[in-house]
Amino acid sequence: MALEFRSVTKEFTTGAGQNLVAVNDIGFRVNEGEFVSVVGPSGCGKSTILSMTAGLYQPTRGEVLVSDEPVSGPNAHVGFMLQKDLLLPWRDIVSNVEFGLEARGVARSERRDRAMAELKRCHLAGFENHFPYQLSGGMRQRAALARTLAIKPEIVLLDEPFSALDAQTKLLLQNSFARTISETGKTTLLITHDLAEAVLMSDRILVLSERPGTVVAEIKVDLPHRDEPLQRRVMPEVSDYAAQIFKHLKLEEKAI
Amino acid sequence: MTQVGSMETGAKAPAEVAKPVMSSQSKTYLASLALLVLVLLAWQFLPPALGVPKFIIPTVTDCLIEMKRMLLQEGLVGHTLSTALYTVLGFAIGSLLGAVIGYLLGMSEFWEKVLSPYILALQIAPKVAFAPLFIMWFGYNAMPKLLVTVLIVFFPVLVNVLQAMRTVDRDLVNLARAYNLSRWGIFMKVEMPSTLPNLMAGLRIASTLAVIGVTVGELVGGNTGLGFLISYGGGQANAAMVFNAIVLLTVIGFLLYTVLVRIEERVLHYLPKAQH
Repeated sequence: MALEFRSVTKEFTTGAGQNLVAVNDIGFRVNEGEFVSVVGPSGCGKSTILSMTAGLYQPTRGEVLVSDEPVSGPNAHVGFMLQKDLLLPWRDIVSNVEFGLEARGVARSERRDRAMAELKRCHLAGFENHFPYQLSGGMRQRAALARTLAIKPEIVLLDEPFSALDAQTKLLLQNSFARTISETGKTTLLITHDLAEAVLMSDRILVLSERPGTVVAEIKVDLPHRDEPLQRRVMPEVSDYAAQIFKHLKLEEKAI
Repeated sequence: MTQVGSMETGAKAPAEVAKPVMSSQSKTYLASLALLVLVLLAWQFLPPALGVPKFIIPTVTDCLIEMKRMLLQEGLVGHTLSTALYTVLGFAIGSLLGAVIGYLLGMSEFWEKVLSPYILALQIAPKVAFAPLFIMWFGYNAMPKLLVTVLIVFFPVLVNVLQAMRTVDRDLVNLARAYNLSRWGIFMKVEMPSTLPNLMAGLRIASTLAVIGVTVGELVGGNTGLGFLISYGGGQANAAMVFNAIVLLTVIGFLLYTVLVRIEERVLHYLPKAQH
């Protein structure tokens, strides 16, 4: 089991001293090499799930397990990526990719080798000495993926990594990410609000309710070409799946 | 392929923009120079034409003659070097203290909140007004002017650094935490570089203030420096001497500022040029 949430509840204390339940009694499992998406309305605690997996904070109740071990703090098994590329603007691309390795006792020359290999895998060979501002948004996200993969994580967490991109770049990048991830065989948790994206890229989709978030549905995507979203995109079943998720989100009831 | 294409256009764009910028730049240089010549001419010929005596407004040539006299008889080089030295020294000490305390407070929300009202009060208090006090305490030596300079330089640097520490991207810090960086590692690899643009802006402001600090210190007490020459010349109704001292003070400040801008361009090379 690569990732497991065991009836996890997370409460925050707001500035006014009230208790805010972000996620309530969430339980799910992600198998090794599986690509699972989490969709849900905004504010349903999607990012809370990510932060707890990354070990940035602990659940109030329940347990989060990565590779069958409880997460008790930032750990080397998890790499995460956000909507923002979070590249350090004062470092060139290859040094940015090395960033995650620096606190982990990897020798300088090995860091450089691993970073260059990841850049090549993410189709950024030749751009290692560019600075982030010299790259397009899509290339910067690919650099961020290279940085995430360079630490050789067991789990990759993606928090809406495509949502700041224009429609075409998004499609191309989804495709390139899907291929890279399936090549490396990484277990992946994608957090997104884009239903089509979830269907195109995942093996399985978890649908969360409004806050406090709980898992209201689990949908297995039984389609080929997980490593090629552009091919999946033209399949007629995709819209059926999207409609199915849409139903679970109960958006019609909220429409005024 | 598409990405490579976009890179090429991205690289081409600045070059295309650069050409008209260059020509408009030389145009503005030319205009600035013409304005300077105009002002100098007016300065040279207007006061005598209007019958203003030269102890009120000396002409350009009067000033130049006086400059030569000061060089030969008043030890102008020594005074200028002394002022320059204390400007740089005060600037260095003040900005180092400001930066260090700014970073320390930036790392501790508690102490920042405890100290912020006093920092604000000290920031508002006119620092030059402390000069007579420092003379009472330390006597007529270099200490008072150095202290005034340090004090006046300290706050803009401190405030800029503190402000920048507060606005460091939390997600970047979280990323660093997830990568197991220590507190010190996060500071050195994320927070410090993030605050560099603000630190440099603070240093630029501080460099112009440093000259003021030294000048006030020298005006109030002592017998060295360009500030002393200003009060000495003023006492003798030697306006040309005052004018010359002011010009030299400006040159010192301008040089310091220029050096800082050069350093800033080096250090912040990674910022797109349009933001400069």
